[in-house]
Amino acid sequence: MSEEKLYLYPMWLRLWHWTNALLFLVLIITGLSLQYSGVEGAFIRFDIAVTYHNIAGIILTISFAFFLVANRISGNRKFYKVKRKGFIKRLMKQFRYYIYGVFVGEPKPYPVSEKRKFNPLQKLSYIVVMFGFMPLIIITGFGLLFPEINLENVFGVAGIYLTVLLHITVGFGLSVFMIVHIYFCTFGKTVGSEFKSMFTGWH
Amino acid sequence: MLIQKLAAVMILVVLIVATAFTQEEAEEERVYDYAEQNHQCLKCHGHKTFHYFNENVGQEIRERMNPYYIIDSVEFYSSNHWNFSCLDCHSYEYETTFPHPNELRMEPLPVCLDCHGGDDTYEDRNWEQIDEEFQKSVHSTKHGADFKCSMCHNPHSYKINARTNENIKETIQYDNGICLSCHADINKYQLIVDFTNPNVLETHSWLPNQALHWQNVRCIECHVEINENMLVAHNVQPKEKAVRKCVECHSENSILLASLYKHQVKESRSELGFFNAAILNNSYIIGANRNYYLNVISLVFFGLVLGGIGIHAIIRIIKK
Ligand code: HEM
Repeated sequence: MSEEKLYLYPMWLRLWHWTNALLFLVLIITGLSLQYSGVEGAFIRFDIAVTYHNIAGIILTISFAFFLVANRISGNRKFYKVKRKGFIKRLMKQFRYYIYGVFVGEPKPYPVSEKRKFNPLQKLSYIVVMFGFMPLIIITGFGLLFPEINLENVFGVAGIYLTVLLHITVGFGLSVFMIVHIYFCTFGKTVGSEFKSMFTGWH
Repeated sequence: MLIQKLAAVMILVVLIVATAFTQEEAEEERVYDYAEQNHQCLKCHGHKTFHYFNENVGQEIRERMNPYYIIDSVEFYSSNHWNFSCLDCHSYEYETTFPHPNELRMEPLPVCLDCHGGDDTYEDRNWEQIDEEFQKSVHSTKHGADFKCSMCHNPHSYKINARTNENIKETIQYDNGICLSCHADINKYQLIVDFTNPNVLETHSWLPNQALHWQNVRCIECHVEINENMLVAHNVQPKEKAVRKCVECHSENSILLASLYKHQVKESRSELGFFNAAILNNSYIIGANRNYYLNVISLVFFGLVLGGIGIHAIIRIIKK
């Protein structure tokens, strides 16, 4: 196996990624604090949590838009393209590796290369998150920032309630993603090497 | 063919059921016992102009009615006092004299508790206690006897809302209208004070999403001390004591459940197993609305993910 270094994470991507990660932490903490607010013992005062959550959400929107544009211009988008044929099979193969192969020291079925930055599972989860969950949470977030744009009533339920439900459900999904994502970033050459790559750009 | 017939029958059934429901919902017919008698008053007081024969000049005279003495008859006949005679409160002599003698205006009008005190018909309203609470309120302590029930509860038009109206937004609007009738109208405000009313938009400028709050909660939510025994508490607090902390409403034990949503909470005590089910259908209050099932599911799911990662990591370490 060639040990040559690959420059996989250009500067703009690293900047976006860590801004994004930081904003996520702020959003998750303030979001939880709002959802589980109490008269005593809310860990962030309600009005402060609202303000921070709003500001972080707006910056997140900008940074996401930046990601979409830069991803397109830089050509990084090619890593997110899926060849439908045999994709399920490749997913299963990667899955098998994670629940079995990794324990018995099998080689990675889809090692990182210049052409292939993500393994199939990684690719799927990044696509779902970046092109599904992120737009959803941003749109519903703006629905809550400007509550008057929601439908008054949808089949007897306040429209804003549905918006909220979607927002917190997707928010929960993204929080779970973040944890799983961090865990799967420990599968590099060493536990910490992937994280280092995301700082230096070199894989 | 058969399918068409079946569809026709289904539509028919739906229509029949639907009409049955609407019939059931139609209000029972009201019989207005005093319509004719009240007409004697409303033929003048129900209009912007009135006319009478002036014997001194020998002709029919048309005049404008004092706007404060105009009674909207539609409003009156849909108010709580719809089946009252004008003469239940106003002197009999009004009916038989025109121009109405000036002394009549000097006679005291009955106050609410003259009738409602010790009234068993609506015992659950707790009239006496409402009065007690009101006596403690700023309205009463600052303005004494000048401040009467009727300042808020116009006897010609007041209509009970919180108990009867299914549409909570209408109740909110109606109830806030009562406060604003003085607090946003200097003419009525100065019936009892000499200074100008503070601009409520400015005094509430600290409140985020002001318009949204005002459409979805009543002034009294923050300005009245909650009382377990009554649906609508009446002890209006001095402004320093108004609720200002977001979490008083935006939390699991939202005070709104003891105020705005009190009636619904009583009627539908956690029927669905949702926390704070009452608030659910009308709006969303961050921190107060929590969906019980989603809460549990998310916790379990989160536990499974963490557990899965933990186990995976442990096996990885062992197998190394
Ligand atoms: C503290 C939190 C986070 C850490 C430590 C972290 C770590 C990493 C690391 C080490 C990589 C490089 C390995 C790889 O390509 O898989 C990576 C890539 C990536 N991460 Fe994260 N991440 C975090 C949060 C997030 C969040 C919140 C999102 C999105 C919502 C996210 C989305 C991505 C994406 C899309 C990539 C691939 C970027 C590309 O090369 O095109 N990460 N992350």
